[in-house]
Amino acid sequence: MRIIDKKDFIEFVNLLITKDARTVVGVKAKGDKFIYDELASADELRLDFDVTVLSPKKYFMPPTETLLEYDLSSDFKVMSVNEVTPLIIIGIHPYDLIALQQMETVFRDTYPDANHLLKLERSILIGTNMQNVSPHSFAASMGTATTRYGYDLMLTDIGDSYYVELGSDRGEELLERYARVSMPDESHKKRFEAVINGIVGKFQKKLNFPADELPAILAKTYDSDLWANKAEKCLSCGSCNLVCPTCYCFDVQDVTELNLRKGERIRTWDGCLLEDFAKVATGENFREDRASRYRHRFMRKGKFLHERFGFIACVGCGRCASGCLPDIADPVEVYNTLKEEVL
Amino acid sequence: MTRENVTIYTPRPATIKRIKQMTENEKLFEIILDDDMPLGHNPGQFVEVSVMGIGEAPISVSSPPTKTDGFELCVRAVGNVTRAMHAMKVGDKIGIRGPFGNGFKTNMLKGKDLLFICGGLGFAPMRSLINYVLAYRRDYGEIAVLYGCKRPCDLLFADEVKRWRFMDGILDHHLTVDEVCEGESWEHNIGVITTLIPKAKFNPETTYALICGPPVMYRYVIHSLKEKGLPDEHIIVSLERRMKCGLGKCGHCQINSTYVCQDGPVFVYSEIKDLQEAI
Repeated sequence: MRIIDKKDFIEFVNLLITKDARTVVGVKAKGDKFIYDELASADELRLDFDVTVLSPKKYFMPPTETLLEYDLSSDFKVMSVNEVTPLIIIGIHPYDLIALQQMETVFRDTYPDANHLLKLERSILIGTNMQNVSPHSFAASMGTATTRYGYDLMLTDIGDSYYVELGSDRGEELLERYARVSMPDESHKKRFEAVINGIVGKFQKKLNFPADELPAILAKTYDSDLWANKAEKCLSCGSCNLVCPTCYCFDVQDVTELNLRKGERIRTWDGCLLEDFAKVATGENFREDRASRYRHRFMRKGKFLHERFGFIACVGCGRCASGCLPDIADPVEVYNTLKEEVL
Repeated sequence: MTRENVTIYTPRPATIKRIKQMTENEKLFEIILDDDMPLGHNPGQFVEVSVMGIGEAPISVSSPPTKTDGFELCVRAVGNVTRAMHAMKVGDKIGIRGPFGNGFKTNMLKGKDLLFICGGLGFAPMRSLINYVLAYRRDYGEIAVLYGCKRPCDLLFADEVKRWRFMDGILDHHLTVDEVCEGESWEHNIGVITTLIPKAKFNPETTYALICGPPVMYRYVIHSLKEKGLPDEHIIVSLERRMKCGLGKCGHCQINSTYVCQDGPVFVYSEIKDLQEAI
């Protein structure tokens, strides 16, 4: 553990921006919302954010990513591509750190996906504990309001300074190289514990049951009327997929330049709520109606991926709830209603 | 930017060695990997075929693993990639990833009677297994093939199917079509595939049914087989789903927690009968 003065923290971030070879990304205000973006100076950093529009997933699974380059002017010329920009990301809330860990598990499974993993390996993740909580967030119910792993450094605002937890050697080296730090005393530790203990109380949204009951609840509610009732208003727009830190489905397309010679095979974010997601070339659509697609996403988060990987792939960030135009995506509402159905 | 030699998304170059027009919409492509390696597949597995500049599509392998000088893909022109393949000629290059999926457990089927039930393009992956078990004919019990398609002119691998009539005692077969148009000759059954099931004589205790066809077919065929006393453990299906990666990542082929590209496409019915959305 280290203590870094707020004045020294600004210096630390500015040194990272000017001296470190990696690109420094942090949370910035955009209108009345927050986003991850490249930092020009430490002044832009807003560690008091409640939630960002998109999660830092966008850096490790970019919305559009080149997998291959091809040249059609010769017989068969294909080059594998992995665009990696090493990053230092400052200001990742615990739920997003846990989501990144889940994505790493997925992309490491059976066939390691270098396009994802190399980006992660070459980046430094600096987490921050929540000062403010989005009205849609229910991370405390999902056990993701705090985390003891998944970061290189973890910052907690304790008033005049940040309490810094060291998560890796890389994180410690970064501090040694660029920051003026001191060791925490009893007063720092007490303030840190008070902040951590106060986080859970800041959440307005809560599950009415322990999250680990979720897979069992979903196992009994496949035929619930809730799916069709809610999905009646679904626009099949995929916004819930788009903002989700644990949605990782993708489409793959070839995009050829206008000269019809060179081109790229790209992968782009896809969404299981979109109408064509499970449609095959012959026209058969294996999840044709909105209700089955709507149900699939909740089942996948709370049950299917749990069966496969052992974690619930919902970290309670609440982005889907705030991003849904017809307001049907709030997992707290869905899961609490289902819990009542199985009582 | 890092340029890597190979990632899990890199196709291997391959050359089209032979093209045979099989029906109006289906062609058979014989493919050789440019490194001259055999594909190394099991019957029932598929490959991801790349036509660079167009895209990638999952195609089941139609040839048995016993054929090692290249492999065959029976392709219906129905999507972007398959239409582009149909426009290609001998000597053209395609990309291959795979083989993917589990395929049929040929060892488990040894000593058993086999009842193949194929509808339309479902014959394409099944032909790999049929020719495989014919190559090791003594390892298997009775073999019968029920094969149905829309019209007589839609029959795939018609030359091979016609030769089956001279294979008395080796392979029993029954063919059906939905309709026969004027001018077409057809001496076999007319009707949906399930109308063939009563014609096949099989012992439910020793017989394994292997089913591949259009999605609508499974429910009816399985129902008929169960009426004849076939246990769920003896019903083996190969399922179709949309696939992009073949690696259990892109999410398209997911049936609940099952990834068809990894856990399938071949499933024992008893293992998926309670899996919603599967059949």
